[in-house]
Amino acid sequence: MKKVFERPKSLTDVHFTYCAGCTHGMIHRMVAETIDELKIQDRTIGVSPVGCSVFAYEFFNFDMVAASHGRAPAVATGLKRSLPECIIFTYQGDGDLAAIGTAEIVHAATRGENITVIFVNNAIYGMTGGQMAPTTLIGQKTETTPFGRDARAHGYPIRIAEMLATLEGSSYIVRTSTHNPQNVRKTKLAVKKAFENQLNNKNFNLVEILSTCPSNWGLDSIQSLKWLEENMIPYFPLGEFKNI
Amino acid sequence: MKILMKGNEAIGEGAIRAGCRYFFGYPITPQSELPAYLAEKFPSIGGVFLQAESEISAINMVYGASCAGVRVMTSSSSPGISLKQEGISYLAAAELPCLIVNVMRGGPGLGTIQPSQSDYFQATKGGGHGDYHLIVLAPHSVQEMVDLTYLAFDLADQYRNPAMILADGILGQMMEAVELKEYASEIPHKNWAVGKSQGRKRNIITSIYIDPKVLEQHNLRLQAKYKIIKAHEERAEEWMKEDAEIIIAAYGTVARIAKSVIKKAREKGIKAGLIRPITLWPFPDKYFQDLGKIKRILTVELSSGQMVEDVRLAVNGRIPVEFYGRMGGMVPSIEEILEQIEKINSQIERVKL
Repeated sequence: MKKVFERPKSLTDVHFTYCAGCTHGMIHRMVAETIDELKIQDRTIGVSPVGCSVFAYEFFNFDMVAASHGRAPAVATGLKRSLPECIIFTYQGDGDLAAIGTAEIVHAATRGENITVIFVNNAIYGMTGGQMAPTTLIGQKTETTPFGRDARAHGYPIRIAEMLATLEGSSYIVRTSTHNPQNVRKTKLAVKKAFENQLNNKNFNLVEILSTCPSNWGLDSIQSLKWLEENMIPYFPLGEFKNI
Repeated sequence: MKILMKGNEAIGEGAIRAGCRYFFGYPITPQSELPAYLAEKFPSIGGVFLQAESEISAINMVYGASCAGVRVMTSSSSPGISLKQEGISYLAAAELPCLIVNVMRGGPGLGTIQPSQSDYFQATKGGGHGDYHLIVLAPHSVQEMVDLTYLAFDLADQYRNPAMILADGILGQMMEAVELKEYASEIPHKNWAVGKSQGRKRNIITSIYIDPKVLEQHNLRLQAKYKIIKAHEERAEEWMKEDAEIIIAAYGTVARIAKSVIKKAREKGIKAGLIRPITLWPFPDKYFQDLGKIKRILTVELSSGQMVEDVRLAVNGRIPVEFYGRMGGMVPSIEEILEQIEKINSQIERVKL
């Protein structure tokens, strides 16, 4: 019998610890499939963040380094500068990348560090129990915005892809989504391009992936995908912001 | 052959000779000559010099490069070292070797750019969160800026632990004749580092151990390592100690002044000597065990009294340990310290009467 589908070699044989309906698992798989397809498993190093994907090193089947909160782009810089022949990527959430780690991501991008960044944006802090994220939408209720995010009190959600696309050092900046199969496929293509660009020494590459958090949004899996489509995409438009 | 070098540049030259080719830092006075030296020298020898957007980023770049198994360093001065503490805790936790240079200046806060020794607690007692230690070396001459840089890299690799050179603004800025000795050690192979896997089992470098039982075991392992370092690496200089009744305990710049004080005291018939800790962590307790004829110790620091606590722990109440210090970038004169020695000497004589 012909095998038509299997676990990527770049994933370990470990069950994901993510909540039901969370799209982290899918995004992990897309990254792993890409690394398999590009045949770079033996020279890829992933940098895991602080947040829900803090244990990403358990799931990715290659060398991994765990960074402190928000500093993954700096750690990746140290790795890439020391190991230019290796493929270095960071896997970061919105709190990690767009709040505590804003300086690190902006400067990695503006230096044109030849790395790949997988940025998972689900508009909330997942691991710490659902607090306001820098990408939390106006009106969105979280543990720390129990009456909804109010722009006057809490500021506005930050659009990372648009911001990083303005920097000279960035090469490929794209925002995709995981809310339906069509967009999952587009996400996979974007992830692959972000890695191919690194192989071709094309500066800084980031894929912002809109993702869900059923547990902290208080919705089931299907409702979450619908909420993402109806609420997040209008504020965080999908598409390529830079591709040079 | 000796050449004339500035202290900060001597560390840079020492690092190059010890095989370091990676530097990540952020500008701050009074250590600026060190990054400037490496920025000029590294390109022609294949080194990577990167000026980061912050101290926080710089120390995390060091973390990344150390994970890759290369010899890597950063340097800063007091306020910048405070910013690095998060990364330093992670480096210690993940057992990553590197060199961190602190050319101390007066604090707290933004303080001053003048020399100080007020980061002793921060350097030797942790600084960042968690139970950990750096290996902390204290040069007192431009020569030692080179020699201890060699040693710091070696010890960091040997024990898989970050090492720190704790200097001050005077040592960084002063010029002295230096002999650039041949660097003789071999950089060890690091089988734990990440990189091209070439068929080996994958390597993971992390400091998270979510299960308390596992984290306690990790901590116990770290503590066992620190115990080994303590047993093997205590270093100090003893100077005119043999017949001394009064010992000055001082490190770095202050130890230089202390030597002049001791000469003057001896001219006046006071038997003074020096114990100069070279390793601040591990603190050289063993040099304070055989007190011989010593009746008093005077610890002198450019601080409100930080190392004096370790001197007192080492002496453990057997003889009085006095303290004299200046703060905020002020440096005591020879006369000032001599006055303290004379005071102590008169007290000893009163006891004799």
